[in-house]
Amino acid sequence: MLVVNDAPTTLDLEPRVSLLDALREHLHLTGTKKGCNQGACGACTVLVDGRRVLACLTLAMQVEGREVTTIEGVGPHPLQAAFVRRDGLQCGYCTPGQICSAIGMVAEHRHGAASVVTDDVTTTPDLTPEEIRERMSGNLCRCGAYNGIVEAIVDTAPAMAEMAPALTPVPA
Amino acid sequence: MSTLSDRPRNSVVGEAVPHESAALHVTGRALYTDDLVSRTRDVLHAFPVQAPHAHALVTRLDVTPAHAVPGVVRVLTADDVPGVNDAGVKHDEPLFPSEVMFYGHAVCWVLAESLEAARLGASAVVVDYEPLPSLVTVTDAIAVASFQGAQPHLERGDVEAGLDRSTHVFSGDFEFAGQEHFYLETHAALALVDENEQIFVQSRTQHPSETQEIVAHVLGLASHEVTVQCLRMGGGFGGKEMQPHGFAAIAALGATLTGRPVRLRLTRNHDMTMTGKRHGFHATWRVGFDGDGRLQALDATLTADGGWSLDLSEPVLARALCHIDNAYWIPDVRVNGRIARTHKTSQTAFRGFGGPQGMLVIEDVLGRCAPLLGIAAADLRRRNFYSAGQATPYGQPVRHPERVVTAWDQVLTTSDFAARTAEVTAFNLAHEDSKRGLAITPVKFGISFNLTAFNQAGALVHVYKDGSVLINHGGTEMGQGLHTKMLQVAATTLGVPLPTVRLAPTRTDKVPNTSATAASSGADLNGGAVKNACDQIIERLRTVAGGRLGINPADVRFEGGQVHGVGDPSACIPWAELVRQAYFQRVQLWAAGYYRTEGLHWDSSLMQGEPFKYFSYGVAATEVEVDGFTGAYRTRRVDIVHDVGESLSPLVDIGQIEGGFVQGAGWLTLEDLRWDTGDGPTRGRLATQAASTYKLPSFSEMPEVFHVSLLQDAHEDGVVYGSKAVGEPPLMLAFSVREALRQAAAAFGPPGTSVDLASPATPEAVYWALEGARAAGTKAEHRHLVEGSHLVEGGHGIVPAQPGPDAHALHPISERWANGEAADAGAAGAVDDESTGPGEHVGAHR
Repeated sequence: MLVVNDAPTTLDLEPRVSLLDALREHLHLTGTKKGCNQGACGACTVLVDGRRVLACLTLAMQVEGREVTTIEGVGPHPLQAAFVRRDGLQCGYCTPGQICSAIGMVAEHRHGAASVVTDDVTTTPDLTPEEIRERMSGNLCRCGAYNGIVEAIVDTAPAMAEMAPALTPVPA
Repeated sequence: MSTLSDRPRNSVVGEAVPHESAALHVTGRALYTDDLVSRTRDVLHAFPVQAPHAHALVTRLDVTPAHAVPGVVRVLTADDVPGVNDAGVKHDEPLFPSEVMFYGHAVCWVLAESLEAARLGASAVVVDYEPLPSLVTVTDAIAVASFQGAQPHLERGDVEAGLDRSTHVFSGDFEFAGQEHFYLETHAALALVDENEQIFVQSRTQHPSETQEIVAHVLGLASHEVTVQCLRMGGGFGGKEMQPHGFAAIAALGATLTGRPVRLRLTRNHDMTMTGKRHGFHATWRVGFDGDGRLQALDATLTADGGWSLDLSEPVLARALCHIDNAYWIPDVRVNGRIARTHKTSQTAFRGFGGPQGMLVIEDVLGRCAPLLGIAAADLRRRNFYSAGQATPYGQPVRHPERVVTAWDQVLTTSDFAARTAEVTAFNLAHEDSKRGLAITPVKFGISFNLTAFNQAGALVHVYKDGSVLINHGGTEMGQGLHTKMLQVAATTLGVPLPTVRLAPTRTDKVPNTSATAASSGADLNGGAVKNACDQIIERLRTVAGGRLGINPADVRFEGGQVHGVGDPSACIPWAELVRQAYFQRVQLWAAGYYRTEGLHWDSSLMQGEPFKYFSYGVAATEVEVDGFTGAYRTRRVDIVHDVGESLSPLVDIGQIEGGFVQGAGWLTLEDLRWDTGDGPTRGRLATQAASTYKLPSFSEMPEVFHVSLLQDAHEDGVVYGSKAVGEPPLMLAFSVREALRQAAAAFGPPGTSVDLASPATPEAVYWALEGARAAGTKAEHRHLVEGSHLVEGGHGIVPAQPGPDAHALHPISERWANGEAADAGAAGAVDDESTGPGEHVGAHR
């Protein structure tokens, strides 16, 4: 039993099924993409209780009782419009993961998470293009639409921060 | 000015509109091939049995244990093929091989009720192998003369005389790596037998017509019994031009034999270990300059690492030969090409298609020789540009050579190149352990398929009674914005708002006999065809409107969904109303469009002619900073001016330029394909078969400052609405990154140090380059060749190999068809495909 895009959902799965396969093969939510299936490309990024996770490295049973948000459930969201306006995509295959990742990234930032390019980790840095690039570096775009993606996030970051949910501590 | 390139006022082309599927992409509703599985009932899943040898004979194949695995339905082997057991257009790629030719070669495929069952079934199949000696590197192959296919030869003038009259002669060699496409969507196919007993294959293919041909010949069917559809691709980059056919054929064969839909989707490891990549090359060269640094002669031999089969290696090599000049005038030239046969994946098309490899050779030569000539690299490049009236080594006049000068000067100005060069010099003097480099490089890239026959396209345009428009064309969408541009072309030609036009997926039963969406030509060719279809409809509607408005049909204008007389917008007819009236007057409201690029001719056996419609130009300046302790570097700033003609769709074109540059920088600096070259049991295995070990450009490697401008006043006559192709050329703007790294590494040595830089120039490679530069500082010579450098002064150090007596020229069967020769196969004198005759596919060369 879990909540997917606000809908309570019951799944009867073999315990080794990944969240990604549960979404795509069992719930037929094909917006979440399989790029590498080993956590290196970010195409399968979804939100679990507001935090970004790689669905290919998460077992479906790990999200028992939690809220999963996929690209099908994020909208309408200002970041989606910004991606269209700023041409933050080409082939579109990485786009659902990029959008989910950016929403989760802004929530992390709002709650004070530092990054490797943050000079003073005791304060929360501004979400500069440099910070955004670093924090988004787990999401590959083979078409190289990175400039448009960064612009779309810059445009929308204040609105996203206001929309960001309170994050609970990461479960052990 | 031709009507093809004539752009009306207020046109929809030229507007910066979003990608046509953007709204679908950002909501997750855009469907790719594998997303269709959940909409299809009773699907079987396919999984390969991959051989664990680089080269071996299959001595026994026992599939019975697989049938004991619950869920396994069938194992596909060579015995199941009703037609031809071949997945390629050269008849050298058995779909089910009896001889394993690379590590990971699929020998059979298991079909099962679930992917897991198929995987377990594949692991249960018993295969016995007799290992054979293998060649893993291009130098291994050269050493034993393991070559395949033609050995093209391109020559102009007298290269020995040119070297003799040169003031400075250098020779060297250079081996550089290929590149994995790593389209984020791996290969996939979904095949079924439809309600009309038609074989229907959903495939992510850049070349649906050829996928259709291969599926048909594997199944022993005629082309009209097979339909291939491509909705869209999650990236292609050339990797889905030839490679999809076999996978589509496996799925179609399975569907035919079981009566159930079959899904084949490669895992990332499958995709990286089974599909072809950009060709790595080996090059040897001799070059001569006059006292002012002007190129006099170039003698080079390029050896492409083709992998196990020919695939597209011959045309890739031909394009490499045709781009070794890049933007530079070289009076006397001799270039020989050959294709190594190695036991690796069959290397294939990749954005640029040999062009980048040819150009990399001359850019490497200039980058290495500039310090030895005592000339700044930027000056050496600039003084060798083509000027008006000069022709390429293959005899094509270089039209608009002034555009590269304009772009160059613009980049020098907007990047503040002179002042920043001084800043870099000052920085380098002040910093012992980090150095900067600032380099500027040009691109000249020929647009059209080298093979003339492929420069044709078709389209189908329907206008429905309500005025809505549905277009279809032969090109495929892989993110490059082709469909967006085609919608804009149709809206412009019909004079209707963009939302009036909708585009249907690419299918072989809508537009037949299409060429691959490749060679950057998608918009040129299909745009010409879409416009042609729309023009036909407009001409018919013009008569209807002229009659109703009481004016000469020639004076009717179609703009913004309104139809009116020229100069009199007051009396206008809404588009939909005119369409309905035309229907009741029994006027045909649909048309098939066709386009062929005019003015091309090419003799591949002589490597002479005018194969390209035009050249695309671009210039990039890049500044990098290199850390002297680790070789790690970052790209501080990039400035680009690129020529896309008069842009059809500026947002799309800017995206292509940025993305091409990033992908080129990946090839040249990050992406490091490593095969196991040891003699152990995993010899020939691709060691970098995932994103964890194969480093792709990410956000982190993006330039800190990145300026891209389109060259202004760049209307291109004779091309759809004055535009130019954009897909491939920007990739080669990334030479500026490599040259900046070379200059930064050189700055660790004394002035005049010539740096030998490996490609890809990974941080490790840059570290060794700068270590070499430092070591050069310990020597007394005025000019500094790095210890162990593969470059020598004088022409006798490294002499390019010349073709042997058995070498033969390119002369593709497709040219013989055009000349009527192919009906008598073998009589043409070429030996590359003598065994083939009528019925052979004509797709082997481009």
